[in-house]
Amino acid sequence: MRYAYYPGCSYHGTGKEYESSTHAVAKKLGMELVEIPDWSCCGATAAHGKSHLLNISLPARNLAIAEDMGIMDVTTGCAACYQQLAHANKRMTENKETREKVNKITGKEYKGTLKVKSLVEAIGTIDPELLKAQVVKPLSDLKVAAYYGCLLVRPPEITGFDDPENPMFMDNMMKLAGAQALDWAHKTECCGASLGVSNLDVAVRMINRILKAAVESGADCVVVACPFCHLNLDWHQKSVNKQLGTTYEMPVFYFTELLGLAMGISPDELGLKTHFTDTQKVLSLVG
Amino acid sequence: MVAAAQHPNIKLMTYCEVTDVSGYIGNFEVTIKQKPRYVDHVKCTGCGTCTEKCPTKVPSEYDLGIGNRKCIYIDFPTAVPSKPLIDAENCRYFKTGKCGVCKKICPTGAIDFDQKEEFIQEKVGAIVMATGFDLFNWDEAYGEYGYGRFKDVITGLHFERMSNASGLTGGKIIRPSDGKEPKSVVFIKCVGSRDEAKGKEYCSRACCMYTAKHAHQVIDKIEGSSAYIFYMDVRTPGKAYDEFYRRTVEEGAQYIRGRVSKIYQSGDKLIVMGADTLLGRQVTVEADLVVLATAMIPSEGSDIIAQMVGCQTDKNGFYQEAHPKLRPVETMTGGLFLAGACQGPKDIPDTVSQASGAAVKVVAMFSKDELAADPMITEINENLCSGCLVCKGVCPYKAIEEKTITERIGGKPVERVVASVNTALCQGCGNCTVACRAGAANLKGFTNQQVLAEVDTLCR
Repeated sequence: MRYAYYPGCSYHGTGKEYESSTHAVAKKLGMELVEIPDWSCCGATAAHGKSHLLNISLPARNLAIAEDMGIMDVTTGCAACYQQLAHANKRMTENKETREKVNKITGKEYKGTLKVKSLVEAIGTIDPELLKAQVVKPLSDLKVAAYYGCLLVRPPEITGFDDPENPMFMDNMMKLAGAQALDWAHKTECCGASLGVSNLDVAVRMINRILKAAVESGADCVVVACPFCHLNLDWHQKSVNKQLGTTYEMPVFYFTELLGLAMGISPDELGLKTHFTDTQKVLSLVG
Repeated sequence: MVAAAQHPNIKLMTYCEVTDVSGYIGNFEVTIKQKPRYVDHVKCTGCGTCTEKCPTKVPSEYDLGIGNRKCIYIDFPTAVPSKPLIDAENCRYFKTGKCGVCKKICPTGAIDFDQKEEFIQEKVGAIVMATGFDLFNWDEAYGEYGYGRFKDVITGLHFERMSNASGLTGGKIIRPSDGKEPKSVVFIKCVGSRDEAKGKEYCSRACCMYTAKHAHQVIDKIEGSSAYIFYMDVRTPGKAYDEFYRRTVEEGAQYIRGRVSKIYQSGDKLIVMGADTLLGRQVTVEADLVVLATAMIPSEGSDIIAQMVGCQTDKNGFYQEAHPKLRPVETMTGGLFLAGACQGPKDIPDTVSQASGAAVKVVAMFSKDELAADPMITEINENLCSGCLVCKGVCPYKAIEEKTITERIGGKPVERVVASVNTALCQGCGNCTVACRAGAANLKGFTNQQVLAEVDTLCR
């Protein structure tokens, strides 16, 4: 399995653990992630507020480079990058006029031959037996609340790989890793995303709702597939506690970190020691 | 229904299916399958002992699975005739060959396990379609309401079964999960209706009124209860309809204009999150029970019957009337009329009106010795017709038949096949005139020559 890999901006900063755990897990699974050379910003949440064309052009540039690599599938761990790439891909393949306009802007020829998959889909569609075979330390005592956030599975006409209201891909992966995936209510609620940076007062209320639901479901930890979700739920947990008087100590993991743990990869290699909320409690559960 | 069953001129055929329809207006031939009831209704007195003693229980279809029924049963309390039938799929005797309790105890010997299906031929002059409706499968479309995973999220029809005084709960409104009386009930309207993304684009018409009735029943029957209704619009165009809605509001029903975005379980409560678009705020309601007003859709299998009878359907699968304003009871097929929700969502008064209209249309037709037909219909020029019968395939009204004519060629009589138009069935749609390669089919009043002359003039 070869993928043209789009790291996205957070991978060298706030999402470092995601990066290291992704590569570690991919190696175990025999996935080859080839970084797209000279990749640039996906447009994130800023571009579409400014211009519809800019919003397609930014990711389209990366798609054009990826297409030249001769690999059919593109993947990225970040939910927002995935959304941007998948959205641009759909517009570029469906509408010839848009494609021609955007190719002129980027100065690169994207023909529209690629398939964009999120990392959750890429790993989640691997033969379950193959994944199971790599599990050497099943997470038997771990109860996880799989949190997908808003961009990974919606809108379905762009994403289309999992149920938009009750997604199961991460749950199923966690089950394969031996953990108990809980049925809980806030799988796809918004974490506040960039409001965590620009308007924390609003964001803490949104983060609080998710953490509250996770605690009520009896989860030991929350598992995510997006650097921004992780940042908000992990880093801002402190702000929620401070502003709303709560006492959350809920570890938040990337799904690749937990898969990595189950595969016997060392916590250091996965980056588990650089979380804001203490992960020790869960790590001791896993042993 | 009882009156219909007792009328000397009405033959009521229950537990039957129409399997074939041929012929045309005034001369239909209908094949009807009488499914085996395994109970001889001539001998049966409807005493009910068999139902009482039957040892097998299965979920009741009529009560939408809320309660159970026996395997020898009467579908619902007011069913006509009030005599039972055996559900052979679940019956212990049919499954294992053992049991036969009903046969042993029947005082008139009416149980007949050997009954076979029968096919009956009937000649009729007109057909009234009245296949009704089904409810939209919300649990396949609305993940935000839990895909049917929460037991206390029910449909209006479930609620209706519960609030029915002769129903399983004796008219008591309860939560299906634990049987407790709900104190806070949320109603959501337009589930599947007016929702192009997830459901149907049309309004189901009856839901505003029945939801107002349900809310009234909650407030009326449960002391200290609250009813919240999430709505897009309140549509109450009907005699005394808006008055009823106002009364429900004045009784305390809380109408919230906005959609529900999510329902989730928290303890034994259902948390309903939604928007109040009049206040411009998000709202959250803790509910014990949520009732969905789901869209009406054409009944299952109505498409198959439509094909059999030659009835056109609209894009949503409802039967197409001949004209939306002026001929809402007729179809484009002569002798075929419509009644009720098979034509489009409607409530009881509208259904009764349309059904009465259909009955009168049939009576008016039967009262005449001759039928007046539209003169603008197809005519076949037999000299040009090669008998390929392409026209027969494209005719939506089954108006074209083949006919053998005798011609004199070189002094000898020769037989050949040509197309022939049934003037009672042809509606003048013009399909055949387009399909006919020889130009033998021509529409009177709109002949190929006339139409082309118009085109020529326009293009000049």
